[in-house]
Amino acid sequence: MARYDRAITVFSPDGHLFQVEYALEAVRKGNAAVGVRGTDIVVLGVEKKSAAKLQDSRSVRKIVSLDDHVALACAGLKADARVLINRARIECQSHRLTVEDPVTVEYITRYIAGLQQKYTQSGGVRPFGLSTLIIGFDPYTGVPSLYQTDPSGTFSAWKANATGRNSNSMREFLEKNYKESSGQETVKLAIRALLEVVESGGKNIEVAVMTKEHGLRQLEEAEIDAIVAEIESEKAAAEAAKKPPAPAPKET
Amino acid sequence: MKFDTSGLESAAPVWGAPSELVDGFSAAPSFEVPNTTDFDGFQKEAIQMVKPAKGTTTLAFIFKEGVIVAADSRASMGGYISSQSVKKIIEINPYMLGTMAGGAADCQFWHRNLGIKCRLHELANKRRISVTGASKLLANILYSYRGMGLSVGTMIAGWDETGPGLYYVDSEGGRLKGMRFSVGSGSPYAYGVLDNGYRYDMSVEEAAELARRAIYHATFRDGASGGVASVYFVGPSGWKKLSGDDVGELHYQYYPVMPSTVEQEMVEAAGA
Repeated sequence: MARYDRAITVFSPDGHLFQVEYALEAVRKGNAAVGVRGTDIVVLGVEKKSAAKLQDSRSVRKIVSLDDHVALACAGLKADARVLINRARIECQSHRLTVEDPVTVEYITRYIAGLQQKYTQSGGVRPFGLSTLIIGFDPYTGVPSLYQTDPSGTFSAWKANATGRNSNSMREFLEKNYKESSGQETVKLAIRALLEVVESGGKNIEVAVMTKEHGLRQLEEAEIDAIVAEIESEKAAAEAAKKPPAPAPKET
Repeated sequence: MKFDTSGLESAAPVWGAPSELVDGFSAAPSFEVPNTTDFDGFQKEAIQMVKPAKGTTTLAFIFKEGVIVAADSRASMGGYISSQSVKKIIEINPYMLGTMAGGAADCQFWHRNLGIKCRLHELANKRRISVTGASKLLANILYSYRGMGLSVGTMIAGWDETGPGLYYVDSEGGRLKGMRFSVGSGSPYAYGVLDNGYRYDMSVEEAAELARRAIYHATFRDGASGGVASVYFVGPSGWKKLSGDDVGELHYQYYPVMPSTVEQEMVEAAGA
């Protein structure tokens, strides 16, 4: 099959790859996604656009697993995501076959980022229009990790990060409120970050947690609602504590 | 002159390479087949014709303290002994050894290639490759050249995070995990001594002595094995060469000559 020669992603005179930057724009229009790393747990949260009445919501899973111990969420072009996820899943199994060991989170992130980079430097193709958040546990050391990749093919590890719509506000929130946490605290932080930019309610958020023992677990809507309620009540209590006590009625 | 990295190619070259972007598993190499009535029989004959007999004795076994690897050092071409000082234990990296049986060039080249791959793995993943992974890389490469005349019967021995590891890998594409292996024309003799004397709880010296004796006995009976019996030990801190003894000298160590009583002494006949 003949390959196209002409490159689509080329440098501009001042050193920009506009196609890559436009791809980042596509990411910025995608749904919000957040990831938080705890000491024994990693959490991914994604904004869920309200499902159309006739749509089967179970077929629109936004947080997917790449292997037993690695999961991915993304923001941007969902169709591109499907292709990337399939290739990553094959690579996870191929790695198990050739070295008889599961991939490390860093390895598969490097692979995905490498793939995204290849498409910025090949003829006849455009870059993938998505940024991914990859979570997982190292199969040897059991350490949890969170990585992010973007359309240019760069990747790095994060304690907490957000991508997609309003990612800047979410990231600001995380920077202000992040501290090392574990278990439910980490889940709450992720949901609180999402709630900054998403309408409240379990219907609009999809959350998945990964632990070393149980792997990836998608939270039920009811569970999410419960945590959201907890967060709201905590927020209300904090507000009440901050307000100065009502002045005592004047005695005449 | 352009730097030639074709030697680093892992799989046999694929004719009509598929599009790079459609990745996954690379296609198996293929080539034209000759027209014969009995293709399978023809193939068998052809393989037997080019198959060099693995004239050597190598052995390796895992015991309590680690892995012992031992080999002879004779290279033979038919009935001609071409060398008595061949290095049959190849140092892949400071904690992994490979043994050579079969074609010397094939073993040396692919072990060097494996060493390169292991180092690249270390650099990319910031951790040492496991013995499992290294042996699998080699086995996959050899499998992709299956039927093309490579002759490699090797054991990969090393120490990684999971402890001592020993794998047998051959040019047919086979790969076996095990505790004791011996490869080569002298292996039946070596197995006899090795299996008889083996215990898991041995000290390093005892294990080395067992390996040395096994190689010696194989060189005694097998014409294609001889030279120097080298013994290496692989432990948690890497491999170390323990000894290299000429098997001729070992023979007299194990079976010293007893001065025998002579009944009749022969004297020179006085000039008649």
